[in-house]
Amino acid sequence: MKPPPFDYHAPTSIEQALAVLAEVGAHGKVLAGGQSLIPLLNMRLAAPDHLVDINRVAGLDAVEAEPGGVRVGALARHAAVERSAAVRSAQPLIGQALRLVAHPVIRNRGTVVGSLVHADPSAELPAVLALLGGSVRLARVDTERDVAAEDFFVGPLESATEPGELAVSAFFPALGRRTGTAFVEVARRHGDFAMAGVAALVGLDDEGAVMSARVACISVGPAPVVVDVSAQAPDWKAAARAVQDRIEPEGDIHATADYRRHLTGVLAERALTQAAADA
Amino acid sequence: MPDLHEISLIVNGVVREVTVPARRLLSDCLRHDLGLTGTHVGCEHGVCGACTILLDGEPARSCLTLAVTAAGHEITTVEGLAGDDGPSAVQRAFRECHGLQCGFCTPGFLCTATALLRENPAPTDEEVVEGLSGNLCRCTGYQNIVKSVHRAAELLAEES
Ligand SMILES: Cc1cc2nc3c(=O)[nH]c(=O)nc-3n(C[C@H](O)[C@H](O)[C@H](O)COP(=O)(O)OP(=O)(O)OC[C@H]3O[C@@H](n4cnc5c(N)ncnc54)[C@H](O)[C@@H]3O)c2cc1C
Ligand code: FES
Ligand code: FES
Repeated sequence: MKPPPFDYHAPTSIEQALAVLAEVGAHGKVLAGGQSLIPLLNMRLAAPDHLVDINRVAGLDAVEAEPGGVRVGALARHAAVERSAAVRSAQPLIGQALRLVAHPVIRNRGTVVGSLVHADPSAELPAVLALLGGSVRLARVDTERDVAAEDFFVGPLESATEPGELAVSAFFPALGRRTGTAFVEVARRHGDFAMAGVAALVGLDDEGAVMSARVACISVGPAPVVVDVSAQAPDWKAAARAVQDRIEPEGDIHATADYRRHLTGVLAERALTQAAADA
Repeated sequence: MPDLHEISLIVNGVVREVTVPARRLLSDCLRHDLGLTGTHVGCEHGVCGACTILLDGEPARSCLTLAVTAAGHEITTVEGLAGDDGPSAVQRAFRECHGLQCGFCTPGFLCTATALLRENPAPTDEEVVEGLSGNLCRCTGYQNIVKSVHRAAELLAEES
């Protein structure tokens, strides 16, 4: 298992990176942490002609508080984001999700933005971005655009990132007042991709009544499935049934479709209960 | 023939110059180009942990890292763990507690545990298990490996 041959580019600035990406277009791929792309290369499931390694690009690893949230740069590794005080104070759901992403050693190299662009339907971070209504900033030569999470995750392993574009950062909105979050999942082994998982966000009003409740489900559709269950709140059993009706799980060697639907119901109730208690 | 890249890696404290194609995995570069066969290769897709090395002091999968990406960086392999006066505390603890049988997984466990104890000199059981969760062993059973890490923590505390 060895990667197929490719031309290697190692830009040291964003400008250089964008220039190379423009030149190689659809024949190129960005290499960030490599924790998803290199397995694909090793297994020959991907064979780009050009690899644009962004690991030497200066200024891409920032994790910064911004008004209303936190911005995570393209080279911020999972482990660094997990440790970031700015992230912890702005949005605890990111840390709750990162603890479930692979193993500590993988988190030393893998990047948050890479995980978003990779858009694995079983990945935790896309669900976080979708649930919070965050966005990804995509740059190409001379221009930039922000794509909202709902438009960013197009399908399994497919994001809105186009050839020639570099995802430079992602923006995660901060936690609102009297709002709680939770992320729960079931995997065969700790650190594996989940058979099912649910992130929840519950907001209370001044009297402590539930104002809004939403979940995002992983591994049960082509992209994270966001379901608003404010109407069912605070009957979390009814909310779980509404979630089960909305998902479209598929069976595979890890779990049947029925089992994933069952798990998602149980996890939705659990996540909503935890998030409400946390609000 | 794709382009070759002349890179230098600082491996176990020694600058090593090597010429590799861009697609050369760091694991293969260490084993084949530099002759450091202590780093083992099991799955080559990040799951088993046998190939774990320290990249700038932090554990990383050498099978998921290109040698060209690591150019200029410091790498520690299992060959670099021992000091001038013999095996490191982590290595001695694995020997003492029977933390290995066939030894295939051991270089990865040793590198991972070395970094774990550097960051957290007195880990709880749970922290050890979480820290080692990305390494698979097919024969020892994990009990003795966990025991070895606790023993290494003791040895390090005694020696500091
Ligand atoms: C054993 C193992 C277990 C794992 N378990 C989980 C898990 O449970 N949950 C989970 O979410 N993930 C898991 N992962 C994946 C891990 O989180 C990856 O780090 C992550 O998905 C991709 O980030 P990366 O930086 O490594 O991206 P890379 O592998 O470098 O890239 C992934 C893809 O995104 C593109 N890309 C990356 N960055 C950019 C950018 N800035 N702009 C444009 N395109 C870009 C690449 O071209 C490539 O197509 C696991 C990985 C391994 C090896
Ligand atoms: S060989 Fe690298 S993780 Fe298995
Ligand atoms: S000692 Fe044989 S695989 Fe771990």
